[in-house]
Amino acid sequence: MQLSTNHLLGIKELSIEDISLILSTAQQFKEVLQRPIKKVPSLRDVTIVNLFYENSTRTRISFELAEKRLSADTINFAASGSSVSKGETLLDTVNNILSMKVDMVVMRHSASGAPHFLSKHLPHTAIINAGDGINEHPTQALLDAFSIIEHAGTLDGKKVVIIGDIMHSRVALSNIYLLKKMGAEVMLAGPPTLIPTYVKEAFGVRVEYNLKKALQWCDVANVLRIQLERQNQVLFSSLREYNLAYGVTRKLLEELDKEILIMHPGPVNRGVEIDSDVADSRQSIILQQVENGVAIRMAVLYLLAGKKEG
Amino acid sequence: MQILLSPQQLQLAILRLAHHLTENYESLAAFVFIGIQPRGVKFSDKLVEAIRQIRPEQTVLYGVLDITFYRDDFRGELHKANKTDIPFSIEGRNVVLIDDVLYTGRTIRAALDALQDFGRPKKVELCVLVDRRFNRELPIQPDYCGKAIDSIVSQKVKVEWEREEVVLY
Repeated sequence: MQLSTNHLLGIKELSIEDISLILSTAQQFKEVLQRPIKKVPSLRDVTIVNLFYENSTRTRISFELAEKRLSADTINFAASGSSVSKGETLLDTVNNILSMKVDMVVMRHSASGAPHFLSKHLPHTAIINAGDGINEHPTQALLDAFSIIEHAGTLDGKKVVIIGDIMHSRVALSNIYLLKKMGAEVMLAGPPTLIPTYVKEAFGVRVEYNLKKALQWCDVANVLRIQLERQNQVLFSSLREYNLAYGVTRKLLEELDKEILIMHPGPVNRGVEIDSDVADSRQSIILQQVENGVAIRMAVLYLLAGKKEG
Repeated sequence: MQILLSPQQLQLAILRLAHHLTENYESLAAFVFIGIQPRGVKFSDKLVEAIRQIRPEQTVLYGVLDITFYRDDFRGELHKANKTDIPFSIEGRNVVLIDDVLYTGRTIRAALDALQDFGRPKKVELCVLVDRRFNRELPIQPDYCGKAIDSIVSQKVKVEWEREEVVLY
């Protein structure tokens, strides 16, 4: 019983068995998090570095909490204010940290493929991708899947629509891989300028440019953040216009003949991709996603640390 | 292969333990019974059922505990984590830990660690179906025991619940 991989680079590299193992282990960690003492001694002798080359609140805190709940020792590294600004390369930085006897690396980087590059040079150190450029964000997809299963019982046959900036979203790509592997039906919705034309054939997903039709089709809507920092060219005319065409509003949801589950990976741009009364409604599970994130990251760290010498 | 307990002996051992656990106490309110996942629970299910039949007027607090995250050997082999379900406080209560086979004592060591995360019990006792004497790696002994046996390391003791037998391989 163990993962087929030494690193968590992306959902693409995981087998169905790996995903099931992570999800079932996370279930047990979720119970741990509800105890009076929310901590287990599993990783008592493991040191983990959190390398964040890009800003993050949720993911960094979530990983840090997961590490502490597992009793691991942690070091935090932010690129700003480090020797990175003096020109040190990624590999040199990591090798220097590892020479101080660090066992695992959690990394977020703005360059797609950065964790893959590291894993090739450091095959014996577990590398965990906490988001790489516009490629993948595997722990987010795992916690999304966990949250859907918690509410719907299964992923198999569920209809999930991912709404928004598909082109720049690592959350979308990881979710597509995971949902397809686990038997869910996937639809991508958003403005044509934000959905690459090849996705239909490449991933076997549906594409819908009309938000109302997309919501009518789905069981679960995963609403992505409009990433203002990645909009280098103008792909829609204004946030106001985006909201009018693709914002998920209470009115739209009330027009449906069923109640769908609303998800969002955060941080939420209220009044842009989702309205406040939807984000805070009973059918929104945004905060449960955040809660489940700690359990998922505990499962990933635990399973990879256990593999280290195996 | 040697049969240590036949179906009838197994049944009697469980009944005897159930009586033994309850005879000294007028009330079971201060007690909690906790089976250790995964195999100990098969035994504790039967034991607690027997206790409930002997004392039908009493509420018997019963939970299950998984010790996977407290193991000291997780580097060697990962074990599948099972459910922990202790829906009551153990603070100040008498805990009876229940497992099927007591061997090296390491599982019980992990269980004692795990219990601490649920509160501070007044007292912890250990009830096992089979005690493999002389194989202990830690100073842990059972308070209630179905059958004590002498075995060597290369042998295996298994409780076959389908056949209701305890077998030495």
